[in-house]
Amino acid sequence: METISIDTLWILIAAVLVMLMQAGFAMVETGFTRAKNSNNILMKNLIDFSMGSLIFYIVGYTLMFGTDLGGLIGKPQFFVDDNGVDGIANKASLIFQTVFAATAATIVSGAVAERTKFSSYIIFTILITAVIYPISGHWIWGGGWLANLSTPFHDFAGSTVVHSVGAWVGLAGAIVLGPRIGKYGKDGKVNVIPGHNLNYGALGVFILWFGWFGFNGGSQLAMAGEDNAVAVSSIFLNTNLAAAAGAMAAMAVTWLRHKKPGLSLSLNGALAGLVAITAGCDIVTPAGSVMIGILAGIVLVFSVELIDKYFKIDDPVGAISVHGVNGALGTILVGLFATEGGLFYGGGYSLLISQFIGVLAVAGWAFSMGLVIFLSLKYTIGMRVTPKVEHIGLDLSEHGESAYN
Amino acid sequence: MKKIEAIIRKSKFRDVKKALVDNDITNFSYWLVRDVGETSEKRVYRGVEYEPSANERICVTFIIKDDQTDVLNLFTESGITGDTDSRVIIYDVNDVYKLVTRDGKDIAIKKM
Repeated sequence: METISIDTLWILIAAVLVMLMQAGFAMVETGFTRAKNSNNILMKNLIDFSMGSLIFYIVGYTLMFGTDLGGLIGKPQFFVDDNGVDGIANKASLIFQTVFAATAATIVSGAVAERTKFSSYIIFTILITAVIYPISGHWIWGGGWLANLSTPFHDFAGSTVVHSVGAWVGLAGAIVLGPRIGKYGKDGKVNVIPGHNLNYGALGVFILWFGWFGFNGGSQLAMAGEDNAVAVSSIFLNTNLAAAAGAMAAMAVTWLRHKKPGLSLSLNGALAGLVAITAGCDIVTPAGSVMIGILAGIVLVFSVELIDKYFKIDDPVGAISVHGVNGALGTILVGLFATEGGLFYGGGYSLLISQFIGVLAVAGWAFSMGLVIFLSLKYTIGMRVTPKVEHIGLDLSEHGESAYN
Repeated sequence: MKKIEAIIRKSKFRDVKKALVDNDITNFSYWLVRDVGETSEKRVYRGVEYEPSANERICVTFIIKDDQTDVLNLFTESGITGDTDSRVIIYDVNDVYKLVTRDGKDIAIKKM
């Protein structure tokens, strides 16, 4: 039976589902930040997808998936135009991987929102899609060293490859930039800067949830044949369960801690569940997915508070907690919950150890590269807008137009 | 003539509007205002407790003739909630003019 067309069809559908997640990220980010910066956040989201698409086509894809060089990078080629087929049409593979790379890039804009110079952000986007993401991605999906550990590191759809990379770079950015003006008081007081419209935030989360079926399901890279049909269906179910469990768990925690169930953290909880299940959606049971989602939702609420109140790192949308902490958590939990190789299924510790190695290696890479780039930008053209611009709002100052008229 | 400004709770607006209409005050304006100074219910946003810096209220304003309606009575019956955050201010007014366009010209007609 000819499988190429069916498999390619599924990958193309999955690619557009993941592409729509860009709208999800845009809505979440604008909803959770102030109205005076909406235009700017949307511009950053438009640009990181557009620029990311171009850069990944130009060089990022081959740097990630090209012939392995020393286990560290793929052999880069420029402007590849490949109409060949390898299981699926090669261009389908390219576009599918492009939307994944763009997902990593757009996570960063949330963490550095409301105070980043637009010009610096463009430069930074080029570097994450050209260098940071493809190299760590190669280690895991491109046949690099993490894929070749004695018990290979397992990150099926990208909790570490995509989400944690975006988050740790975002963490570096949030630290280098510093908090928004007025966020923290002199005596260590934590002030609240509420999002201007949680309608957008909720819409964004639902769009992300919808697109995530493509993100996880598409990573099977096949659909033809009974085995694939069953596998992808199982992935869909696991994905949905983890999201639902994450939302419920986060809601429960906010209800207990703050006497009332909070919307913004519950929304983040759904995303946390989705990020966490992404690593192991192919090899955990539905019950395991629920457990992973619950843990993700609980960890999410405490992580947001810890990062904001204790570490005083200003992350307007919770990107670091949703994508970084839970990306790492979900990846590590694969070492416990995987039906083949997981600790809870008699697989011993080797998978768990590999998961730790991968999570720490990628975190170290992404965070340190993020620091290098952000510090370089800070001390050359500057990363942060002036206080006056920050007060007026980036829409009028940086773009000369407002999202609201 | 008197100008009446009443700052009332948002939840009382419909009752006040009905009371005004029942008392033949069919033309009035209102806008959303923020009151600073009174304590408000604490809120929580993403784990951080805070007090909103201002409370939302509605300011209703209209003009009446001196002998028209006991305005205070109207408000005490409809606009009060039991807390001390609503108030009525009465101003003396000199003249009120309506602005009209007649025969292609803009003119002012004295009202009341």
